[in-house]
Amino acid sequence: MPDRQQIYAKVVDLIAPFNKKGVAITEATRFAQDLEWDSLTVLDFVANIEDEFDVIITMNMQAEIETIGQLVDALQRLQDGK
Amino acid sequence: MTDPGIEGTAAQIGPNSADLFSKFDPLIQQREELLASGVTDPFNLVMERVESPTVAICNGRRTILLGTYNYMGMTFDPDVVSAGHKALDEFGSGTTGSRVLNGTYGGHKAVEQALCDFYAMDHAMVFSTGYQANLGIISTIAGKEDYIILDIDSHASIYDGCALGNAQIVPFRHNDVEALEKRLRRIPEGAGKLVVLEGVYSMLGDVAPLQEMVAVSKAAGAMVLVDEAHSMGFIGEHGRGVAEAQGVIKDVDFIIGTFSKSVGTVGGFCVSNHPKFEILRLVCRPYVFTASLPPSVVATAATSIRKLMDSADKRAHLWENSKRLHAGLRQLGFTLGTDEPQSAIIAVIMPDLETGAAMWEALLQEGLYVNLARPPATPAGMTLLRCSLCALHSEEQVGEILDMFAAAGRATGCIS
Repeated sequence: MPDRQQIYAKVVDLIAPFNKKGVAITEATRFAQDLEWDSLTVLDFVANIEDEFDVIITMNMQAEIETIGQLVDALQRLQDGK
Repeated sequence: MTDPGIEGTAAQIGPNSADLFSKFDPLIQQREELLASGVTDPFNLVMERVESPTVAICNGRRTILLGTYNYMGMTFDPDVVSAGHKALDEFGSGTTGSRVLNGTYGGHKAVEQALCDFYAMDHAMVFSTGYQANLGIISTIAGKEDYIILDIDSHASIYDGCALGNAQIVPFRHNDVEALEKRLRRIPEGAGKLVVLEGVYSMLGDVAPLQEMVAVSKAAGAMVLVDEAHSMGFIGEHGRGVAEAQGVIKDVDFIIGTFSKSVGTVGGFCVSNHPKFEILRLVCRPYVFTASLPPSVVATAATSIRKLMDSADKRAHLWENSKRLHAGLRQLGFTLGTDEPQSAIIAVIMPDLETGAAMWEALLQEGLYVNLARPPATPAGMTLLRCSLCALHSEEQVGEILDMFAAAGRATGCIS
């Protein structure tokens, strides 16, 4: 099972192709405000995350996730729940 | 505002209170900028007279209608109109009540029977609008522990049905069978699953690969709901929609539809063979807590639905119209939403809202009405001129329409 640092590193890798503006990534980076992603970008990114970790991130969960750190926390919970 | 007595009477906003309308400022500004360029407001058109399903008078000008959902041209059908007159005379102007209290008349049962006959299904439940049909069915049947898996390009009424309920919502990429299958596979074992699809997607007029999608959904043990609002009456041998045309209607658990398109009036419905379906009449809030449709509306709907059962000639003519308009627009150099005509909707893709609005107005001046569609209704931030054909558009009218597109397209620089 990957630890939090490994999950974070993988998430950062998966953000890169969608980070068109080259925004510096930290745990506190926000998807909507900082990365300025639209709904289609979010859909594609979430699909890649779901494929990588073999999980489902429902829209209900997405509504609670604002920052990269929160996404990593959610992924860790989903992995632990397996 | 024209009445000077009304102007300026809005309650004052105090220095410490936030104006709840501030959130609309960006849209207000975008609208003002658009109108300042001098174009007619595309979202404020008034039809002064309606001559037929295909012609109305707008701004005093005779205008061909190419942006209605009157696919089968039933709005002026003499039998339909006279059924409405008769019901108005015999049952009055409205029911003033819920379907489960005093709002079920003979006509409501008759239109539900017409739907059962039309779809060859056991149960039909009629709502006051198509929007409420999606809102009611989706929010009621999927509970907190259940999963709704839906196409990302689903209609607002489907998303609002999800928002009204409290199920887990899982979207997948538009018309992507593999994406649907993957998500179904990851849903926890034993959880309830509802897959929500549309037959025709109304913005680009493209059709869903229902054959494959219904198969993977059933293999995963999911129930399937298909919204056939834009295909009823037109697509499929009996006009039952895309699920019929692709041979999977037997595996669809719920079909949602509307009376405000091919049927030619207003109202919504769900048909199903589920043995416990009738219980929904007691637990579905958008069905219970609203007034039922007026008697004249259900009478016109029932008459229209029965006439749509054998309208094969009209269906064939509508396909001819769609193919001809699609090919003609393509030849003129317009970019269209689909490579081939897949429905009665043909979407012309505009480079941006300003050009779209200018083209829309140029067409209106030529005497043609189409829909200007923009985000958030459209996918991927597109601006579209949506053309929807009617079975009663004549060959000559389709020719006129193409001439108008050529003239307006050249005048606005959309085509050379």
